[in-house]
Amino acid sequence: MTAIAEPVHNRTRVPLPEKLRAPGWYRAALFDLLGFAFGFALTCIVRIAMHQHPVVDAHAITIVELITVPIFFLIGIGTCDYWFYWMRGGPTRPENHDSHGAHTWRDYFKVNTDHKVIGVQYVVTSFFFLLVGGMLAMLIRAQLAKPGMNFVTPEQFNGLFSVHATILIFLFVIPVFAGLANFVLPLMIGAPDMAFPRLNALSYWMLPVGGIMLLMSFLAPGGAFASGWTAYAPLSTTMPLGQLFFTLGIQFAGFSSIATALNFLVTIITMRAPGMSFFRLPLLVWANFSTSLLVVIATPFIAASQFMVLLDVALHFHFFDAFVGTHNNGNVLLYQNVFWFYSHPAVYIMILPGFGIISEIIAVKSRKPIFGYRMMAFSLLAIVVLGFTVWAHHMFVSGMPAWIRIPMMVTTCIIALPTGIKVFSWLATLWKGVLHLDTAMLFALGFLTTFSLGGISGIMLAMIPFDIHVSQTYFIVAHIHYVLYGGSLFTIFAGVYYWFPKMTGRMYDDRLGRLHFWSTFIFFNLTFGPMHIIGIQGMPRRVADYAAKYADWNLIISIMSWGLGLSTLIFVYNMVASWRGGPPAVGNPWRALTLEWQVSSPPPIFNFDTVPTVVGGPYEYGVPGAVHGIFKAPTEAKPSGTIATSPTPE
Amino acid sequence: MPEGRGDSPVRKHHSVLPMFIFGVVATAIGIWIVLAIHWFPTDASRQAHRIRILYDVLLIASVPIFVLVITVIGFSVWWYRMRPGEELIDGPPIHGNTRLEVVWTIAPAVLIVFLCAYSVSVLYANESKKSNEITIDVTARQWAFEYAYPQPGKKAVYSPYLYVPIGHPILFRIRSLDVIHSFFVPQFSEKIDAVPGIVTALRVTPTKRGVFPVECTELCGAGHAFMRSTAYVLRPALFQTWLKKQPLQPLTASRIPSGSVLPVAVPGVPNPLPFLTAPAPTSSSTPAPASSAPAKASAPTKTSTTPSASTGTSAAGAAAGKAVFLSSGCGSCHTLAAAASTGVIGPDLTTRLKSDCANPASQKVRGATLSACIDKAITDPYAYLPSGYQAGIMPSTFAKTLGPAKIGELVDFLVSVTK
Repeated sequence: MTAIAEPVHNRTRVPLPEKLRAPGWYRAALFDLLGFAFGFALTCIVRIAMHQHPVVDAHAITIVELITVPIFFLIGIGTCDYWFYWMRGGPTRPENHDSHGAHTWRDYFKVNTDHKVIGVQYVVTSFFFLLVGGMLAMLIRAQLAKPGMNFVTPEQFNGLFSVHATILIFLFVIPVFAGLANFVLPLMIGAPDMAFPRLNALSYWMLPVGGIMLLMSFLAPGGAFASGWTAYAPLSTTMPLGQLFFTLGIQFAGFSSIATALNFLVTIITMRAPGMSFFRLPLLVWANFSTSLLVVIATPFIAASQFMVLLDVALHFHFFDAFVGTHNNGNVLLYQNVFWFYSHPAVYIMILPGFGIISEIIAVKSRKPIFGYRMMAFSLLAIVVLGFTVWAHHMFVSGMPAWIRIPMMVTTCIIALPTGIKVFSWLATLWKGVLHLDTAMLFALGFLTTFSLGGISGIMLAMIPFDIHVSQTYFIVAHIHYVLYGGSLFTIFAGVYYWFPKMTGRMYDDRLGRLHFWSTFIFFNLTFGPMHIIGIQGMPRRVADYAAKYADWNLIISIMSWGLGLSTLIFVYNMVASWRGGPPAVGNPWRALTLEWQVSSPPPIFNFDTVPTVVGGPYEYGVPGAVHGIFKAPTEAKPSGTIATSPTPE
Repeated sequence: MPEGRGDSPVRKHHSVLPMFIFGVVATAIGIWIVLAIHWFPTDASRQAHRIRILYDVLLIASVPIFVLVITVIGFSVWWYRMRPGEELIDGPPIHGNTRLEVVWTIAPAVLIVFLCAYSVSVLYANESKKSNEITIDVTARQWAFEYAYPQPGKKAVYSPYLYVPIGHPILFRIRSLDVIHSFFVPQFSEKIDAVPGIVTALRVTPTKRGVFPVECTELCGAGHAFMRSTAYVLRPALFQTWLKKQPLQPLTASRIPSGSVLPVAVPGVPNPLPFLTAPAPTSSSTPAPASSAPAKASAPTKTSTTPSASTGTSAAGAAAGKAVFLSSGCGSCHTLAAAASTGVIGPDLTTRLKSDCANPASQKVRGATLSACIDKAITDPYAYLPSGYQAGIMPSTFAKTLGPAKIGELVDFLVSVTK
């Protein structure tokens, strides 16, 4: 890109081959070596200066390399070229679109600034990590199929479930929502791209970097990080080297998340088409607006918690070491408070975009306006605010001061109200509609069922005495999978099926899709439903072995989980086969009103040939002559029939 | 642009009455089913009993909500799914209904206020301080629990198993020596984390005699799954008898000792873990003879109080080695009669040490002599794995944490008791 297109600065005396100068994989490989050498030299120099022996220490060098190599890779692959060019004083090139849009599949493996390409990159990368995380789950269930299994050692087992959870949370659920929104959101608000396309590209490329770091921990001496995705100190600060792959890998995934959220916020606030007032925004946009607020405020806290772990491990700061200093200076509960101050809002980061997807699908597939649009939007904002007031409900048995539990129980119950409003509004939207029961709608209805169960067990968990009995047992495992699998993943499947024609320009096989839904729905409930029972019976979570009395249920759960794993392969086959050879999709196969469906499938390179003017609400189904957007300038944009108004007339 | 127009065929009108009737019937059946499910283990404490009632209330409150969701979905799919010829029609443009929205905000709010108030009352009842509490100090470490019974005016009594009298309020004071653990007896329905640096508290009033598992529920490293102990709920008189027979002094001052006593056989209490029990020792400071391993204590009449031959004849190193054995926590995982320890996580040293070291495969990697074999087994535990045991459980850091001198003493001790 810049290195090629900038002959003025091409005065280099070293004749580097073109491939090594241009951004791309060759230069990334070269930069990786440079990053390695830099980290190595830096560590040794500092150790000499600090009189540390031996000078070459593999542990110290690895920690530094985990920071330098990924950063050098990101520079090498070309995410920062334009910024360096601009810092050198190069003039801005407003009409330069070298890195925009994809013409062949190879373009998806390069740094690209087109939000549609980045969206696809995000979604495909995330689904790769879904399959990896799912494979780990299969191995976990192999170990747990019978008591006394020696399929893996206990240490390896702890590594398996830790990487499973971390990969699926940080490399699947959070980024896949960012990916879907990346593709859909600018189209929905009538924008040609995101506000900061280059930042968008950098956000994407940090993701595989973080994911590979997490997976590479399996190669570390002492095995993968094995302190759970929660990485509670002081267990995490006393773990072998693999733990640092988590500590630092999360920083990359977290930075990616924060940058994307800022990008969404600025895009939504500043780049809406004429007439697109906030109360004409599709609810998916509202959902991502709310999610982005959560990400921007909360994610720095997990970064802080992991930096504290890093400083504890690498430089012996003793934040969390309770047995050091004259007064036992470390504070173990500090970690949990900082961690959950992020990680509770994170569960809303992992479900609010799904709420947005479900709102889109249920309105379109029921052919009715969304019921109570404004309450749907306000309840999202209520969740954002309340989401910051409930973190310590994860700590009812942690030994924190007892009184804190009661306000946290009350806020946890209050946050169920906006969630309940959303569920009831979706049900009311279904009522008297014309329900198109295709795959996307089935997943939406399946979501309503399983997420309601997850929400009900969530209210039970808010009740302190009951939580004391079931916390840290399989009941928690059941609950989190009902809200993250039956909740988030069902909405993701629904969203991928719904926008598949728009993203690929092809139709998927609906029969295979429905087979995928039913097999997933049945095996899901048979896998995670029984976990409620063994949890209440007292089986602890995160155990490589268990008492004989839990054996029957565990065998059933393991067999069902393998069925659940196989059902995902139907989805993978359907997506791959349909993308390669599915029938071409028309622009608006679902007869939806929102703007992304008013352009071709896939959309033109800059989204809209004419900037649309928005004249009505996004869900005016059943209103005669209703339109949401018109592809004309604001002065000429007049709807032909009755003017469709915003949901509540004003 | 969609073609939805008002020219749609007139759709059948449905009354909500059948749906309402279905919902009521389904709720009744649903409540009957969830109350019939055997959710909990036996309740063995006052606290557990209250929590079970709370759970029943939660179930009864939850079923109607879930039934509402699936009933509306089910009837919508049944009545309002798109039929042939309806491909292009839209539903009625209903944007909302303020009265309905107020109802479904207020009704759950009222329910939640009730549930929160009820939970708080259960919480206070469960955690209120009682006048005649017995205090038990629980110490957790990787990967064992230790129980100490403070005695007024005397040194505390120590035990690797939890003994509590029935009907008596207990205050557990819980500590951790390394990472976070959690102390949980499912039948008591109470748990709390053991947090390094602070002392946490838990109140339980046992109401049922029996033998119950104690589980660590907070991930604490490689041995987490195996960090289990046993709770015995005894009649008060038997508890007092048991308490009097226990050694009054901890075996070392620096570390909480482990494996200091054998659990007694409890008359009238079904024991699911017979290998853990040995006959009530007359004095547990007298080591049981090596020949009568507690793991094989199927013939209690043969128990002899003769001190182990090794105790009198071994060198000072062996005596020091016993102290190392006790203070380093070996007994929390290994059974060894000479040290009166009863751990079951690792191999039984009383019965297996000699035969395992005589195994040719072992002699190849750990040397032919017993002392070389034991030394290697401590410093490099995974070099040879005895049948039935796996790598990753025993810490491989003893060479570093104990040092050669202590390991030498430990080896002398183990050699002296392995005859």
